[in-house]
Formats: sequence, structure tokens, C-alpha cells
Amino acid sequence: MSQRLELAGIRKAFGATQALGGVSLDVGPGEALAVIGENGAGKSTLMKVLSGAHRPDEGSMRLDGEPYAPGDPLEARRRGVAMIYQELNLAPHLSVAENIVLGVEPGRFGWVDGRRRREQARRALDELQSGIDPDAPVSSLTIARQQLVEIARALVHEPRLLILDEPTSSLTGVDVSHLFKVLDRLRRRGVSLLYISHFLEECQTVCTRFTVLRDGKTVAGGELATTPLPEIIRAMVGREVKDLFPRTPHEIGAPVLEVHDLAGREKPRRAGFTLRAGEILGVFGLVGAGRTETLRAVFGLDPVDSGEVVFGGRKQTSTTPQRRLRSGMALLSEDRKQEGLLLNRGIAENLLLTRLGPVSSCGFVRPKAESRTTLDWMERLEVRAQNERQPIGELSGGNQQKVAFGRLLYHDARVLLLDEPTRGIDVGSKAAIYRRIGQAAAEGRAVAIVSSYIPELIGVCDTIAVMCRGEIVAVRPVSEWNQHALVAAAIGQSTESPATVPVS
Amino acid sequence: MTPASTTSAGWNVRLKRLVQVGGPFLGLILVVLFFAFAHDESGESARATILSPGNLKTVLVQTVIVGIGALGMTLVIVAGGIDLSAGSVVACASVVGARLVVAGWPTLGIALVAIAAGGVVGLLNGALVAGFRLMPFIVTLGSMSIVRGIAKSLASNQAISIPRQSPVVSLMAVEHPDTFFPLPPGVWIMLALGALTALVLRQSIFGRHVVAIGSNEATARLCGVRVRTTKIAVYALAGLCFGLAGLLQLSRLTQGAPTVAVGLELDIIAAVVIGGASLSGGTGSVMGALVGAFLMALLRSGSTQIGWDNEVQEIIIGLVIVLAVGLDKWRQGKRG
Repeated sequence: MSQRLELAGIRKAFGATQALGGVSLDVGPGEALAVIGENGAGKSTLMKVLSGAHRPDEGSMRLDGEPYAPGDPLEARRRGVAMIYQELNLAPHLSVAENIVLGVEPGRFGWVDGRRRREQARRALDELQSGIDPDAPVSSLTIARQQLVEIARALVHEPRLLILDEPTSSLTGVDVSHLFKVLDRLRRRGVSLLYISHFLEECQTVCTRFTVLRDGKTVAGGELATTPLPEIIRAMVGREVKDLFPRTPHEIGAPVLEVHDLAGREKPRRAGFTLRAGEILGVFGLVGAGRTETLRAVFGLDPVDSGEVVFGGRKQTSTTPQRRLRSGMALLSEDRKQEGLLLNRGIAENLLLTRLGPVSSCGFVRPKAESRTTLDWMERLEVRAQNERQPIGELSGGNQQKVAFGRLLYHDARVLLLDEPTRGIDVGSKAAIYRRIGQAAAEGRAVAIVSSYIPELIGVCDTIAVMCRGEIVAVRPVSEWNQHALVAAAIGQSTESPATVPVS
Repeated sequence: MTPASTTSAGWNVRLKRLVQVGGPFLGLILVVLFFAFAHDESGESARATILSPGNLKTVLVQTVIVGIGALGMTLVIVAGGIDLSAGSVVACASVVGARLVVAGWPTLGIALVAIAAGGVVGLLNGALVAGFRLMPFIVTLGSMSIVRGIAKSLASNQAISIPRQSPVVSLMAVEHPDTFFPLPPGVWIMLALGALTALVLRQSIFGRHVVAIGSNEATARLCGVRVRTTKIAVYALAGLCFGLAGLLQLSRLTQGAPTVAVGLELDIIAAVVIGGASLSGGTGSVMGALVGAFLMALLRSGSTQIGWDNEVQEIIIGLVIVLAVGLDKWRQGKRG
């Protein structure tokens, strides 16, 4: 039997990073295959290869038996391969119909044929039984309906293969079941599905077979109905924790930050935890679980809807970063380039920005004191640069991150909120940051680390909290966690103690 | 990304920094050199006329209004904004001043009210931009028109002349036209205010916050900068500068004219950009902006004296601006 899509030995490297190191999978006509894997397992790279955004270095791709090597996303659509991305890609000011045919407008001599456009759009919408008005502006629809518009857009091309990346991450229960009905109908019409998700029960509902990706490779696969979930989770996690993490002995003291039932505009929905002096708390969860949003809400960067934050002996629900900084809390942004640093400014300006007082008098910065302090900190933080005024955008990622993190230490914050503190930096810089975190705890500072990298959390933290769909679902000492249990809790599978989970 | 090395990529980065810091000065030297060797229509060397002390003084006086405006505009642009209402504010402040002169107010009172009028407009601009998160281009495009209208109605649509012996006029009056000194008070005000603004922007905590906002507003917020307050202060300070420029405009023309200084904001922006500021915010030099303003005035004056037509001058000034923006783009381009 000819398969709809066949991948064999797909490899793709970016510089020294092997994003895909041998992916093989196949899916038949009208079949739904779940592609499962942790953050960074290579799922999004795989999607980009399939959509033509990246070309694989090695391996073969066949679509209905014919070689398939799209040069760009438009060609992929023409060949009948459509993508639904996690983030919606609609133009909010245009109408539903305009969005559905965007880029492939039916027309004559360069003029859009309005009637044909509406017809095409209506046909696609009818197929989804959505009842969406093709003339409504997209911005007037709910997120769930916008997603149906995305699917309708894919249907205009009569797709043979539909690839969905975490399609339920922004949907609620009812909308999820409607989406599943739509997918089921498409499948019965012969459309093949690649369903990418962290949520195993969703995969069980939508798909019959699964493939597990880990570190860019296909590591397992089979029938969902006959494979026990723990086995799938074990395949997802796989690796061993190596002792790469220097630990500085530190003592845990009294609570300094208490968060009760915190809720933001969208996320978090319900977050509660306690942070003690000298404690390193890890926050694990999948991308989109609401970890970053929780830190930002606590710090006053994002609005808070309800809940309570007790810090410095005061209850403060809504606050501002100014007030938080003044009372000794600081946050390291997950995104150095967009938020963390003033890229075109020098190291000194970046390092000292939150606390210019000690290097200035009468409202003016004293250049000598500024340089001296900066050089001193650069040495302590092991920052390598030409001089203290070098624009920070010219430094390596690791050195940039040392300065961004150094800003919190220079600020002398008692509570450090670190969002993905080691993302995208080299191993040496990572170790330097772990050492600094340990020292901060030994000095009695409280540290919260959001990370997607399990070995780091297990290696560095005293306590780990897990978030799933906007809620903190479990907080336990690190000794009671293992990789398996963390992943299980993050995908909402199990919050029981790992003692009850079979360990391989 | 690799650490910036001093080898292959180093010279390029250094050259870019040199252009950023020294660009306007290099430009000025080029223009001066050009005029030093240029000849007018009759074949006479232009050096004696254009670069004579008396003419340089005149050029400096012509720089004052754009220059003082450029001080305020530098703050706004470094903070990542823009203020298109500058020309209208200058006209309006000159009308306000003229009416007060006619009404017999004391000079200090006239000066304070004219400057404050500019400050009020700036405050409103800032409140709209920062408070309601509106685009500064649109907000100030609106206030440009509104303030121009107010100026016209305050002046009943015609220029208000003031007596030549009014102390206000002496602010920009040129005595001893053949020697460089004495300079009129307006020039000294520009230079002193320029030094102060440069110091504030480079070295004060407020200035650091302004630069941070223009460089990356999200970072500024993360680091506890009072983004809204600082932005409002920046627009208000710029308004004060434009008000002062309006007062000096009144002094120079000896009349408060509601239709004067149309398009002046573009000259001011050009001076700031020639001076090394980036319209995307986060970089800019106060001294560079003053040099930029002087450079444009010198180009205008010089090309008149060597007999170039007005249209040629306009083309040349336009080319200088495009060149400056081109340098800005190149400087910001991906490094290495």
C-alpha cells in the first residue's frame, strides 16, 4: 500500500547543532499520526522541513509515492500539504473570506473576483460546519473560531495532508471537542493528519498511531491503543541526568515571597507557591503552560486579575516593576534581545540601569565610579569584552546573559526571578550562571527559575513546581521528582508521587 | 555569535563608531574646505566672504533657532519619538511674545510666558503619546495643525510687529557686523543650553532613562524606569525649547508672525539626524545636532554667496540629509 507521507532518515543541522538526527515516519491516507516529544525534541524543525521553510540535509521525503521536496511554503500548499501553527496567522483587519483565500485570491487580470472569493470561502467553511460569516472581520471572532478559519484556509487547497502543531493550546473544552469532530470528518474524507502535541490524551482521541521524537531522532512508535502511557513518557524523556551542576551548600530560611491563587488576563489561571530565603525553586512546564506569565505577573510587568502576592510583609496584588525593584525583587527576562538588554548601548549602561544611585551624585552619573564598578562586576561575572563601554550587542550570547543576570546581582535583589536563565548559551557560561545562582542562595537570596531543561532543574533546584495549562499542579522537594514524573505532571498525566510510577 | 574580535570585524565596527561620533564634524570640515576653495560667479575666491568672521557670525545667528529646536528634538528622538509640532510651536510662541510686548509686559515675563506656552504644548503631546500610547508621529502631526491654528487666531491672521527698541529684539541683534565678537545673547543661550542638554543626556540619571526608553522600551520597563513620566518630561522639555526658539524668532524678525517657521520641524529633524541620531531611538548627540544645524545654515549662506540658485541649495541640502540617513542605516546594519 502506498503511504501518503513517508520520511526516511531526515537530518538537519544548524551550525554545530543537530536539530534533526534521523527522523523516519509514515502516515497512510486518511490516517492520523501523533508526533510526540518534549520541548526541543525537533518537532518544530520537522514541521519547517515539511512546509518547505527548511531543506533537509539528508534523507528522503515522499508524498503519495512521489518525491517531495518543497522549496517554499507556497509550493508545499500547492502539493497539498497544509499547516496549522500553534500561533494563529490571520490578518485581523481583513474579513474571514479575505483571510481564507489570502495569497491565492481568485481573480481576473489582477483584480480580485469578490463573488468567487466568497464562494470558495463559504465552501471551505461549510465543510467545517462552522456557521461562520465569510464577511465578518476576523478580529470579531473568538480564538476558537479564528482557528477554524485557519483550517478553512488550509482546506481551500484540497489538502492531502494536514499538519497541526498544538492546535488546542489556546482552546477551551467545548471548542476542543468541536475541533476533534472537524478533524475526524476530514480524516474520513481521506485527509491524512500529523498531530503534534504534548497532551497524550488528546493524541489518543485524535490519532491511532504515534511516533516519539527525542533529541531530533525517532525513538519509538506504535499503536496508541495498545501502548501504555508510561512507556510513551519514558520514550519522551530517555536521557540520563549527568552531574554537570555545581552545587553550593545553602540553607533554607523563612518565606520571603508567597503567591496565592494568582491569575492574569489569560495566564496564569491559578498559580500558588512559596519562596523561602536561600531556596532555589524550579518551575517546570511545557511551552505555553503559563510559567513566564506567572513570573511577570508577580513582578508587576503583566496585569493581575485576581489572587494575592505577599512580599516584604505586604500584600500587593497589582504593582509595578519600579516598586518591586525598590523592595528587592528583580526579574531576568527570557528574551535577551527583545526585552532583556539595550543592545546598542554599552555594558556599563546595561549593568547598572536599575541602580544608578551608588555611582551618581545629585542626579548625575559619575563616569569614573561607573567605569570602576562595571569593571569590577565584569571581572566577578567573568564577562569577556573589549571594555566596559562596548555595545552589548557585539558580545557573545553567553557574555550577554552574564551581564543581564549580573544586573540582578548588582541590584542586590533578595528575590531573583530567572526566566530561562541558560537558554541559548554555551556550556561554560551555563556553569558560570549555575555557580552564581548557588552563591546567591548561599547568601540567603531566594531564587525562582523557569526552565524547560529538566536536567538543569533537577541539578540546581531545591524544590520544583510544575505548571500545566495555567495552573501550578504540584510543588515538591527535588528529591521526590524525576524526569519521568516531571513530564507526566506537565502534560497533566499524573501528579502522584513517583514512587507509584514504574521506573525503568 | 562570537565575541567581537579586534581583528577582521573590528575595523568595520570602529569605523562605524567614528562616523557616529565624528560624522557631523567631518561633514562640517568638508563643507568648510569646499567653500575655502570655491569661487563665486565673478571668479573671485569665496573664502574672504563666506568664511569671514562677520559672515560666520551671521551664520551662527541663523543657526540659533534651528539649533535650540534641535536640542529639544534630540531628546525626543533619542527617546524613540518625534515631534512634528516644532515649527508651529515656534510661530505660536513668537505670536504670544509679540502680543505681550505690545501689551507692555516686562521682558522677563514675556520670555517666561512664551517659553511656557511651548512647554504646555509639549506636555500635552507627551501626555497623549505616553498616557494613551498613541503614535508620536500622528499626535504631533495633529498638534502641528492645531497650534498653527491657535497662532493664527491669536494674531488675527496677521503679523504683530514690535518696536525695534524693545529689549526682546536685542536678544538676536547683531552689532559690529564685521567682527566675530560680540555675539548676540541668543547665540550664547544656544551654546550654554547645548552644553547643559548634552550633559543631561549623557550623564544624568534622567538622561540614562531617556536613552534606555529609546533603545528598548521593554528593557526600560523591566528595569523599573518610569517610562510614562519620563516620556512626558521629554516632550515637555522639547516644548520649552521650541518656545524659547519662538521667542528668539520674534527677536530676529521683530514681529510675531503666525505663518513663520512652516516646515521648520523638518530642518530641526534634519539637523538632529545629521548630528548622528537614529530615528529608531537610543542614540543621538546634542553637540552633533548643533553642528548639523550650523552645517545646514552654512550651506545655505555659502551657496547663496557663490551665486547658486535657491533650487540648487535645496537639492544640496536634501542630498546631505539623505547622506546622513544613509550613514545612519549603514551604521546600524548588521555588524561583522
